Amino acid sequence: MFAAAAQYLVSGLTVGATYGLTGLGFTMIFNTTGIINFAQGEFVMLGGMMSVFFRTWLGIDLFSAILLAVAVTALVGAAMERLTIRPIQGSSPINLVIATIGVSILIRGAAMLLWGKDTFSLPPFGKAAPIAIFGAAVQPQSLWALAITLALLTALKLFFTASIHGKAMLACACNRKAASLMGISVARMSLFSFALSAFTGAVGGAILAPITMTSYDVGMMLGLKGFAACILGGLGNPFGAAVGGLLIGIMESFGAGYVSSAYKDAFAFVVLLLLLFVRPSGLFGKAGVERV
Amino acid sequence: MNRVLTTLLVALAALCLPGLAAAQSDTVKVGAVLSVTGPASFLGEPEKNTVQMMVDQVNAAGGLLGKKLEVVILDDETDVNKAVLGAQRLIRMDKVVAVMGPTTSGNTLAIMQNVAAAEVPLVSFSAAEKIVNPVNPWIFKNPQSDRHAVARILEHAKGRGYKKIAILTVSDGYGQAGREVLKELVPAGGFELIADEVYGPKDTDMTAQLTKIKAAAPDAIVCWGTNPGPAVVAKNRVQLGMATPLYMSHGVASKKFIELAGEAAEGVMLPAGKLIVASQLPDSDPQKKVLLDYTKQYTEKFNQPVSTFGGHGWDGVMLLAKAVQMGNSAEPKDIRDNLEKIKDFVGIGGVFSFSPTDHNGLDATAFVMIEVAGADWKIMTK
Amino acid sequence: MKPWYARNAAKAVLLALALGAAPFVLPNEYYINILILGAINALIALGLNLLLGYAGQISLGHAAFFGLSAYATAYATTRLGLPIPVGMGLGVSLSALVAWLIGMPTLRLRGNYLAMATLGFGIIVHIVMNETVEVTGGPSGFVGIPRLALFGYAFDSDRSYYYFTAAVLALAALLSLNLIDSRLGRALRAIHTSERAAQTAGVDIAGYKLFVFVLSAVFAGVAGVLYAHFLSFVAPSSFGFHFSVQLVVMVVLGGMASVWGSMAGAFFLTALPEALRGFEEVDILIYGAILVACVMYMPMGMAGASAGAWRRIGRWRRGSSGQGEGGHAG
Repeated sequence: MFAAAAQYLVSGLTVGATYGLTGLGFTMIFNTTGIINFAQGEFVMLGGMMSVFFRTWLGIDLFSAILLAVAVTALVGAAMERLTIRPIQGSSPINLVIATIGVSILIRGAAMLLWGKDTFSLPPFGKAAPIAIFGAAVQPQSLWALAITLALLTALKLFFTASIHGKAMLACACNRKAASLMGISVARMSLFSFALSAFTGAVGGAILAPITMTSYDVGMMLGLKGFAACILGGLGNPFGAAVGGLLIGIMESFGAGYVSSAYKDAFAFVVLLLLLFVRPSGLFGKAGVERV
Repeated sequence: MNRVLTTLLVALAALCLPGLAAAQSDTVKVGAVLSVTGPASFLGEPEKNTVQMMVDQVNAAGGLLGKKLEVVILDDETDVNKAVLGAQRLIRMDKVVAVMGPTTSGNTLAIMQNVAAAEVPLVSFSAAEKIVNPVNPWIFKNPQSDRHAVARILEHAKGRGYKKIAILTVSDGYGQAGREVLKELVPAGGFELIADEVYGPKDTDMTAQLTKIKAAAPDAIVCWGTNPGPAVVAKNRVQLGMATPLYMSHGVASKKFIELAGEAAEGVMLPAGKLIVASQLPDSDPQKKVLLDYTKQYTEKFNQPVSTFGGHGWDGVMLLAKAVQMGNSAEPKDIRDNLEKIKDFVGIGGVFSFSPTDHNGLDATAFVMIEVAGADWKIMTK
Repeated sequence: MKPWYARNAAKAVLLALALGAAPFVLPNEYYINILILGAINALIALGLNLLLGYAGQISLGHAAFFGLSAYATAYATTRLGLPIPVGMGLGVSLSALVAWLIGMPTLRLRGNYLAMATLGFGIIVHIVMNETVEVTGGPSGFVGIPRLALFGYAFDSDRSYYYFTAAVLALAALLSLNLIDSRLGRALRAIHTSERAAQTAGVDIAGYKLFVFVLSAVFAGVAGVLYAHFLSFVAPSSFGFHFSVQLVVMVVLGGMASVWGSMAGAFFLTALPEALRGFEEVDILIYGAILVACVMYMPMGMAGASAGAWRRIGRWRRGSSGQGEGGHAG
């Protein structure tokens, strides 16, 4: 009984890490630009697919392949901002959202044409048998995923509190007009936020591909769950998004175990809705902050 | 404001313009609605490739009735609206004499009433039993039925002496059809159905379901889905250290499954059409030559391994061609009548024998039980 | 009698005439099918436009209302053997009832939180449609829904069905136009501009929001029953998150807060994939590119762009008198 619960917890955390990393990307762009980026899931997909691509097609080692994949995805993020978001900066938020939907369709289509419609898997980072923790069987790759997620969160925390760029981005989050009056280039910060969240998404895609496998069309579902994660955590709070993702993963897993595997996703969303009715701005969101 | 309205009208009219009806030509024109993109594209793409390849072959061999065989392939994007529109287009605009596909059961069920009402024969590439049971005079299908696949699994399980069965199915049309047959045949075959779990088509972790199944301690697990889900199930089963025998459906009968599941695929058993184990068949098997020829042509042309799904395309084109030749006519009505008369036709999916009461034409012998051993498929002897 | 009644009636008649004439310029009967689906989508877009364009409240779950009514009429007419008009009435009522129930707690949320809540609601409904196999037929769909027949007349041919759908659409457009010109329309615009100001001015915000939410669900519900009795088959995949997003895109692409725009957006996005069929697999790239280009070059949607174009033509015709025609399209 206890072993089963431990297993559900581990499964939930592993899946939740994906949602959390996607949600983190949402938050970074939202904070700097006020845009909900529907192409965030595609960044995660690109991270995974390009790792596979560089490894198998170019035959380079796993580590370099992932580095390359992450770098290219960050470039894609920057290009997206330059080509589609910057030209329509002044448009209404909903127009910007539709533009991101269009970009997500484009990226998905390009991935399909480039790499085909098959599912691919990436080898795990270290070769080892599952480890037993409190009676739960844990894939070593899950530990890798959790460790890298934590490391990334710490690095981002440092970046936002200690570096001038990070502080500038935070300033944009607080008040874009004031930030620009203080001499911060809001445009550059916007570019930077797209690149950074594409980077985060791609890292997520690469470290999870060995567990979840990847194909050109995984982005949409991830985008959905990532959005749910950052709403659950409270929009604008990066750590809220990470926690929100983990919570959704755990809810799904326990839902499948104790309620019904058919309704596990519905179970997670029902809890989310009920929470929103009680706390209209998420778990860690501030009630006063409103951006739309 | 009324100007906006006028613009709307102009736009409407402009949208209506493209596409002029093709004139009746001296070809035999058939149509296909296939899921070339979208979630079922891994089925639809080999089907499309094969249909095109076989039509070229028929033409290289002189065509049909002295005319060229022409095929119009429409992509339904695995979307039911697009399938309905596609079928309407084939019938109304392209005026085809027969329709092949759609790829998925849902799309077939959605279009079959319309196609039958237009009195055009339909050869479906999807598995659901509802398509040919009850028999609609105009509707045929060539994939093997789930019922036969389940029968094959249960026969094998009985031979091994298993009693308690757990099932784990995907919540899409394919999994639903399998689940219904499993829930009927497992108890009917004298087994005990002790767990009935479901996973979503996009799920990436099934340890929760398997943990629940593990607690129920079954003798064997039957998983019903198409890639990548079953590969995840196979991996999670190894991760949880479960030694319970695992059966899969014929939906994973392609090399892709072994590639995705890696070492975790070892020992997985499933019923499959003979195509993927063609070289292991005895020479006396009537299908052997056809299967090997198709494998060679397909891999040479597309540089991809063959799959059972592509085989549906082979059967579809060749069955229609056969029916046209038998009746010496390309009229929809004659094609239908002659499809029903085809007997002992050696195809990829099996040896087809149709009748007015059987529009699938296959039985359980179309399947062999195979298992994964040494990263390849092996025919099981017992 | 207020003058806008007559003006709106004239516009609706024009629309009906235009829709009625459309089949005669079609080169092939097949295109009528696209027109029918376009009209059905336009109906949902009209309702969503009232909610999104005028009241400024987003819904990413409208596919659910569309699907609920489609399934309700399917179940009522097939399994319960009820007459088709009763089934349709039940379907629309179910959509309205569910919208009322879900609207009360949900509409208190704002912006992205509202988007998430409606999105979550849509997904929950979609999962229920997938899993209640005994009622809905599950993922493989509900078969055998009768084609529409009303008052002894069977709409067997696609042409007759199209005329029926077009008539419903024209009526819905008339209703929307009148609504916007009424006191309610002004209240909605006030809410959109500033909820706080509207509240201070004595507008019953919660009441109006809920009303327009239910009304838009009714539009979607009517579309749902028309869809079910047209296709005679429904499956959950038609009512997923993807379609909800597409509906929002239709409204925005057509032009927010424009009755004509949302209809144009719906027809455009319904016909576009058909027009792109010739490009085979590259069509998805072109589709995405067109979407991005539309928001980039027509920030006010198709309605805004066409109003702008007409203004320029008018100015050019009148020489340079350049009297401002007023950009408000609707």
